[in-house]
Amino acid sequence: MNDLAIKAKGVTHKFGDFTAVDQVDLSIPKQKIYGFLGPNGSGKSTMMRMLTGLLSITAGSIEVLGMQLPKDAEALRLRIGYMTQKFSLYDDLTIYENLNFMAKIYNIPKNNIHKRIQSQLNTYALDRCYKQLAGSLSGGQRQRLALAAATLHQPELLFLDEPTSAVDPENRRNFWETLFDLCDQGTTILVSTHYMDEAERCHALAILEAGKKRADGSPKQLMTDMSAHTIEIDGSNLREISKKLGLLPDVLSVAQQGAYLRVLVSNKIKNVEQWLQQQQPELLRGRNINVVRPSLEDVFVYSTKEGRQ
Amino acid sequence: MAIMQSFQRIYAILLKEFLQLSRDRITFGMVVMIPLIQLLLFGYAINTDVRHLPVALVDYSNSSISRNMVAVIEASQIAKITRRETTIQQAEAALNNGLVKAIVVIPKDVEKRLQDGMVASQVIIDGSDTMTSSLIARIGSIPRQIIQGYSNVAGNKLFEVSFFYNPEKRTAVNIIPALAGIILTMTLIMFTAIALVREREHGNMELLITTPVLSIEIMIGKIIPYIIAGLVQVTIILTLGYFIFDVPINGSVVQIFFATLLFIAASLTLGLIISTAAVTQMQAMQMTVFVLLPSILLSGFMFPFEGMPKPFQWLAEVLPATHYMRLMRGIVLRGSEVAYMLKDAISLLLFSILGMLLAAYRFKKTLD
Ligand SMILES: Nc1ncnc2c1ncn2[C@@H]1O[C@H](COP(=O)(O)OP(=O)(O)O)[C@@H](O)[C@H]1O
Ligand SMILES: [Mg+2]
Repeated sequence: MNDLAIKAKGVTHKFGDFTAVDQVDLSIPKQKIYGFLGPNGSGKSTMMRMLTGLLSITAGSIEVLGMQLPKDAEALRLRIGYMTQKFSLYDDLTIYENLNFMAKIYNIPKNNIHKRIQSQLNTYALDRCYKQLAGSLSGGQRQRLALAAATLHQPELLFLDEPTSAVDPENRRNFWETLFDLCDQGTTILVSTHYMDEAERCHALAILEAGKKRADGSPKQLMTDMSAHTIEIDGSNLREISKKLGLLPDVLSVAQQGAYLRVLVSNKIKNVEQWLQQQQPELLRGRNINVVRPSLEDVFVYSTKEGRQ
Repeated sequence: MAIMQSFQRIYAILLKEFLQLSRDRITFGMVVMIPLIQLLLFGYAINTDVRHLPVALVDYSNSSISRNMVAVIEASQIAKITRRETTIQQAEAALNNGLVKAIVVIPKDVEKRLQDGMVASQVIIDGSDTMTSSLIARIGSIPRQIIQGYSNVAGNKLFEVSFFYNPEKRTAVNIIPALAGIILTMTLIMFTAIALVREREHGNMELLITTPVLSIEIMIGKIIPYIIAGLVQVTIILTLGYFIFDVPINGSVVQIFFATLLFIAASLTLGLIISTAAVTQMQAMQMTVFVLLPSILLSGFMFPFEGMPKPFQWLAEVLPATHYMRLMRGIVLRGSEVAYMLKDAISLLLFSILGMLLAAYRFKKTLD
């Protein structure tokens, strides 16, 4: 039994001397939504392009749906769908023409093409504008068209590279609903994002930074396992506290969130509230200092701390 | 089954390409406008009124035969005797001063020469005027049998033609079939190269690569619309050439299209090779110019091939345009056939096959 869609070991990609993806191991389960969370330039696209067979693998090994890359790349093509970060359908073709083109490229039987496209148009709410040129569509429509094209041939494994970056929040919500529908029908989805809320929707995710995998697991598990304290401090004059605390080596990060200051402190420190009071007795006197549950953003900040220093 | 699938994919790309071409007004317009405008520019620049060119006559014989010969020349409408000189020296001065375009010299013993089958007379042409010289040179092809009383006498030419200043004769007639080669080189290489590079630049290629489509299928599907575009261009060029510039189409149309297909194939593969090397459309354009310039300068379009130093001739032999010009001049002007010019035909074929292999090899289905 093999319930992994993707197994990657020590995967590395170099552009010349520059290592864009560095020794990444991945185990991505089938029929789940798996996320790549990372800032711009962290290697999400590069990793995805290696997994789709678009880029060569400098070192390491990749197995996708039980097939070895790059050896079986061609055989894999019918089983995967890929939605590129940059819209890569044809601006000067209409929605219908684009889908028709892709259907033929995927050798969908002639008699089924029209039916299949109709059903995709319905699913992705494009049936009213199917005659419109792709170049004239809104961000949300383009994104739905790209997804409709990527799922036209009903792939088992779907790669989505920052699919929501040009989309408003409402469309994003709907988009994620669609993803869960697809997942429910048995599709494995790999999605990259730099939005915390999207990452939090994934069944599991990997946090990438500077080409390295900093952490992985389910969002909940990542939050529980985080080896740092999350503290909230309230009151006025938060900017000054922020500056002072930021200088302490055991304070991993300080960020203001509205009326609160959110502080990450290394868990080398025991009794963290007391310790903080001791560091800045005057400034912190009389304020509420609470240990709170970490969010995914805290996990992200914590695990990417190393790279930013 | 696999073949049918392959055809379906090629067809998909082809259809898409046509749709895009029909919506890309500029490219579409260029297919038609480039041959139209270039031909009118080049053609008119070259093709001023070329009838009744002024010619000086030096008639040492002054006989009924010499008068007959003069009448024959004038009847051809090629030239008109505008000056009668008593010595060659005077006539040469007139030529030198640009008063006439050629000198007809009829020797004293013209009658005997005709009887003996010798060259009867001489025509000296101002070769510096490329527009007119080869036209006057047609006098050289007037058969001696046309002279009354000598219709049965075989022998040497009636008029022997020689050139002053510029031994290379050329006219619009010579230029237009060759111009077809230049126009096709320019448009086809550029269009194919750009069509593929644009696909990569716009990111379409990233998506295509992850689909089952093979690189060779992408290439074939991309090429076919431009093959048709090329045939349309040649048709425009030759039709205009025929009706406006009186280019005689001596060979058969089938032969012309056959030679053109060979050349289009070679040009398109060159475009594909460029597309595998260029990263941006701008680069593709520059590389096209890089091929275009030697095609103009070395192929025999601008300068006579035979006059070039050997290394340039070798270089010219590599250029598809050189072979195409030979084929076209042969077919259009001399009424020849591809089968009689196998060396050039095979060169084009070989170029296309090797080019296609190189392009398919270089066109890797990865991004790096
Ligand atoms: N073709 C390339 N050549 C050189 N460097 C590249 C290339 N593509 C990406 N990079 C670099 O690799 C790093 C990772 O890029 P990418 O995978 O696109 O990141 P992300 O998708 O997470 O934003 C970046 O620093 C980027 O500049
Ligand atoms: Mg990216």
